[in-house]
Amino acid sequence: MNVVAKTETGRALGDAFAVVRDRLPGKGKIADQRREAFEAYERLGLPHRRIEDWKYTDLRALMREVLPLAPAPDAAALARAAAAIKLRAIDGVRRLVLVDGAFAPDLSDLGNLDKGLSIRPLRDVLDAGDNALSVQAIATDVSNPMLALNGAMATDGVVIDIANGTVLTQPLHIVHVASGTAPASMFTRSLLRLGRDAGVTLVESYLAGEGAKAYQTHDGLIVAIGDNARLDHVRLVEDSIDAFNISSATVSLGAHAHFNTFGLTSGGHVSRYQLTVTCAGEGSKVETNGVNLINGKQHADTTLFMDHAVPHCASREIFRAVVDDRAHSVFQGRIIVRPDAQKTDAKMMTRALLLSDDAEADNKPELEIFADDVTCGHGATTGALDESLLFYMRARGLPEKEAQALLIQAFVGEAIETIASDALREVAIATAQRWLKARA
Amino acid sequence: MSLLEVKDLKVRVEEREILHGLSLTVNPGQVHAIMGPNGSGKSTLSHVIAGKPGYEVTGGQILFKGEDLLEMDPNERAAKGVFLAFQYPVEIPGVTTWNFLHAALNAQRKARGEDEISSPAFLKKVREVAKSLNIPQDMLKRGVNVGFSGGEKKRNEILQMALFEPAVCILDEMDSGLDIDALRIAADGVNALRSPERAMVVITHYQRLLNYIVPDVVHVMSKGRVVKSGGKELALELEESGYAQFEDAA
Repeated sequence: MNVVAKTETGRALGDAFAVVRDRLPGKGKIADQRREAFEAYERLGLPHRRIEDWKYTDLRALMREVLPLAPAPDAAALARAAAAIKLRAIDGVRRLVLVDGAFAPDLSDLGNLDKGLSIRPLRDVLDAGDNALSVQAIATDVSNPMLALNGAMATDGVVIDIANGTVLTQPLHIVHVASGTAPASMFTRSLLRLGRDAGVTLVESYLAGEGAKAYQTHDGLIVAIGDNARLDHVRLVEDSIDAFNISSATVSLGAHAHFNTFGLTSGGHVSRYQLTVTCAGEGSKVETNGVNLINGKQHADTTLFMDHAVPHCASREIFRAVVDDRAHSVFQGRIIVRPDAQKTDAKMMTRALLLSDDAEADNKPELEIFADDVTCGHGATTGALDESLLFYMRARGLPEKEAQALLIQAFVGEAIETIASDALREVAIATAQRWLKARA
Repeated sequence: MSLLEVKDLKVRVEEREILHGLSLTVNPGQVHAIMGPNGSGKSTLSHVIAGKPGYEVTGGQILFKGEDLLEMDPNERAAKGVFLAFQYPVEIPGVTTWNFLHAALNAQRKARGEDEISSPAFLKKVREVAKSLNIPQDMLKRGVNVGFSGGEKKRNEILQMALFEPAVCILDEMDSGLDIDALRIAADGVNALRSPERAMVVITHYQRLLNYIVPDVVHVMSKGRVVKSGGKELALELEESGYAQFEDAA
């Protein structure tokens, strides 16, 4: 019975691709690339637990099927999106909005672009022809079914270029809003190219408009950080509690470049974030940090692949998971140090806090070291809140949930503190506090 | 009415009875000292009064201003005015002393139906108390007790006692780990809080502390019971003769 269902699901999506193919932006080489990517997805199918990388996040069991493509948002959907954005507005940022997988110019701030900054919708870039940029933007990894599917189906996104030497003080904020009330999939793809000596802060957030529930977000981000450039990146997943968010980011760093990223997942039913970072230039520095705050039946997976390809690079990972009820947190961190990457300094520390007996956290650190003069280490702990601390706090008058909230805030604080911008750190703290308040 | 009344209290920990019917009556304004050898049940008594989980009360009761304390959560007891100064105050990394004290005080006030205290008012209050206890300001910005010396931790307990203004203070082995100077500062802090409305229960192994905090009543505990009560001279007597005589009596 199951087998039949899967085949039907697969065929349905295949038919869907055939139908939408002509509506997807990009012709010629882009269309070929999409077809190859889709064929790769069809060949591999939805990932399941027998594939090592997806051991803890079996999409065949959790997601069952990929929903059909969301229709372009109508006026009502855009209005719902605008309301959702307002609730989570971040001051002082340049906002770029994607609603139901389509760039929404009226909700975005495209005026007075700084010198050296270019922002274009992906659709426009792809429609402009199959040049090197569009090929790069839609690039995919055919060994990863979900990345391949994202490349095959991406309808829109933003393409951001920051010229050499341009350091932007105003953060860019890509907001993904699901606004359709019927369950559907959104496929978005964005590209950020940061020139030599350039600098920017990029915030990405995922929200749901009123009435948007069991949707699927399939997002991909490609980032190239130039020599001596710096990217600060903050990612906030606040999807609807019934939603799926299957996203990836592929980041490469030039010489002496610096990448500081922080992710906070508190929303979504099932989320998987696959972050691949390559130190391609000597002396580059990477800080990847994150927090999961999940409860109910949520499932949140962060899978990191840190690739040290050249010498003298440093990477740090601090990851904290707070898991309540029957929720399931997954952190997989694979660090590879290639034979030439001498003097690599890589450290990874993951800690999970289980707030209930049914909560689950899986930490899977993996080190593959092929160079001999390196400093590498990892640590992982899983535990409950310390009863002696809780009693002390309660003996001072704090009700149990309030005492727990203070300890949880302290627990995630170490990861949140790594956010460079004071304002964005406050945003992350406020998000965490919202979660704690909802729990009390 | 007595402030704190422990009646025939029987307590078990993991199938082993630690307190075998302990009684104690503390009136407002009094300082009681509870002395006794290791393992006599002194700390168990303090934990049960404060509501620490893991203890099973199998008999007797504890009344606070006539109310059944054992029916209350630890935080409710604190809000009612019961304070335990811990023998080993815990370290809470990532939670600043300042934040913790503000949150705790407001939680107590809220539980009593009082208005919350604003940050500026709280700041003023804490500064005054900290100054009187010789606690530097920067300690308040650090994680609760993180990196504090033994003396600093005990002073932080007394700071909290002064801030929360409880009706009954239980001081559990306040002298442990303190040198003579640290002990004097801590004791001065406690003595400053003595008042006709407030009672203190000073739990100690050694008579030394009672030179600084002079009790009205001294109880000797042995094997889970109070075996003798008397005036402050009882403490001196113990210092001379030791606990052995009472171990036999129990």
